[in-house]
Amino acid sequence: MKNKNVRLLRRERGANAVLLGPMYLFTVIFLVGPFVYMIVLSFLSRAETWGVVNEFTLRNYLKIFEPTYLSTFWESIKLAFLVTALVILAGYPFGYFMAKLPAKWRGPVLMLVTIPFWTSSLMRLYGWIVIFRANGLLDKFLMALRLSGEPLKLLYTYPAVVVGMIYALLPFMILSVYSSVEKMDWTLVEAARDLGAGPVKAFFTVTLKCTMPGLMTGVILTFVPSMALFFIADILGGNKIALIGNVIQDQLMKVHDWPFAAALSVILMLMTTLMIFLYRKITGSKDVEGIV
Amino acid sequence: MKRKPVFSTVYLILGLLMMYLPIVIVMVYSFNQSKISSVWDGFSLKWYAELFKDRAFGSALVNSLILGGLSSLFAAVIGTMGAIGTARASLRGKGIMAYIATLPMLTPEIILGMIFLAYFSLIGLPFGMTTLVISHTAFSIPYVFMQVRARLAGLDPSFEEAARDLGAGRARSFFDITLPLILPGIVSGMLLSFAMSMDDVIVSVFVTGVKVNTLPVVIYTQLKTGVTPKVNALCTLMFFATLILVLLSALLGRIGNTKKSK
Repeated sequence: MKNKNVRLLRRERGANAVLLGPMYLFTVIFLVGPFVYMIVLSFLSRAETWGVVNEFTLRNYLKIFEPTYLSTFWESIKLAFLVTALVILAGYPFGYFMAKLPAKWRGPVLMLVTIPFWTSSLMRLYGWIVIFRANGLLDKFLMALRLSGEPLKLLYTYPAVVVGMIYALLPFMILSVYSSVEKMDWTLVEAARDLGAGPVKAFFTVTLKCTMPGLMTGVILTFVPSMALFFIADILGGNKIALIGNVIQDQLMKVHDWPFAAALSVILMLMTTLMIFLYRKITGSKDVEGIV
Repeated sequence: MKRKPVFSTVYLILGLLMMYLPIVIVMVYSFNQSKISSVWDGFSLKWYAELFKDRAFGSALVNSLILGGLSSLFAAVIGTMGAIGTARASLRGKGIMAYIATLPMLTPEIILGMIFLAYFSLIGLPFGMTTLVISHTAFSIPYVFMQVRARLAGLDPSFEEAARDLGAGRARSFFDITLPLILPGIVSGMLLSFAMSMDDVIVSVFVTGVKVNTLPVVIYTQLKTGVTPKVNALCTLMFFATLILVLLSALLGRIGNTKKSK
């Protein structure tokens, strides 16, 4: 009897393992394969004109230290810090307030945040072009209010790119923070208050710590992507602002130096991996919070 | 003594207004008579009429629908089976596989585009619909996987055990009990996948062939070269399409939740 049960259980497990088949197959062929090839490619040499030669080299990584690329990296990281900081400043309170809404309002507001998130990012970008364009809506608005005497011509400037990035990445932060705050155990805050902590102290010692997973997920989904969103820099920044994403795109589509593009991608992936590692270390959780 | 949360309410309202501002602007100008987008010249539907006459947009729309349909379907099958397998099978390495399968969600899109471009040319896959479907399936799987896994976690295993005790086979108990319970998760993951696919520019730009264009790729090219107000009309239509998808997805989520709490 016991043996039969064990056999049954084994068969059961076997059947469940079969379910994993398609995902394993797909993951190995179309994800592990490409990611591994990216790493291999980053150590190969570029052919004279087009394509790749199977010769090991470190040149692609050394090339990153050339002044032009180094300064692009530096600019990208500065932008990423600025964008991430602003996204936290704007998004954390939003997610927090949203989670503290009365239950009947929470659902509708959550949906209102989700809708632009799933809407074409190009449409939203296009809206900003209309706003920022020289003599566009913003210029007309400011001049009508006599706040500015002449058109600001914000399109194709640094601030326009920053606004576009914040706008594109904010929903990630809001949703991650929201799901953290919603799960929070508020009795902890009450306990802190009962023990004499002021609201500010209670926030920084209890609330912030409890919502750290959400905040960090938001940062993961903001920091590295803001260096890679080349089309925002392209469309709102003209050709004046180049991020690592733009360099990768140029290397792939125009210069055809794929190994160098691969090396840059490896660096970006390492940054993402490092942040996920830190996340797991700090929060002790395996899953990143509240993306879906 | 509870204060009315005036500040937080104002903050949320202002934030939402900012989020919708660019969208509303594009929508308003799609009805503009004038060709110049900063001049209002009266109401007109002519850009919608022109849009429907445009063959390039028509074929791009068909491509996008095929692509979104196929990739969300594949993602639904692979992601659902994967989520059930991960929850129930005891197989070494399943955790790391699940991690890699959900990695596209955390990877900047340009890197996905780059690795697919390089890999597909390495294995000699011709660029076109096939490569588009594979890459879109790849970034859609995580959405289905996470949705289904969340549903499974909230599922009471005694339901299926009861069915098995009453003599239902494995397949029967799955199709009669488990599948209906996780179906809302599968469908809402699929809808999100479809919306993602309909919106994707970056990955598509890299893996599309010369002959195959998708809607977002067409819009992107126009934004870079010069926009006709037809794009406003197109974006407006796409907005309402997405709106319907999101509402459907939320509705399904609610149905599933009330079931769960009973």
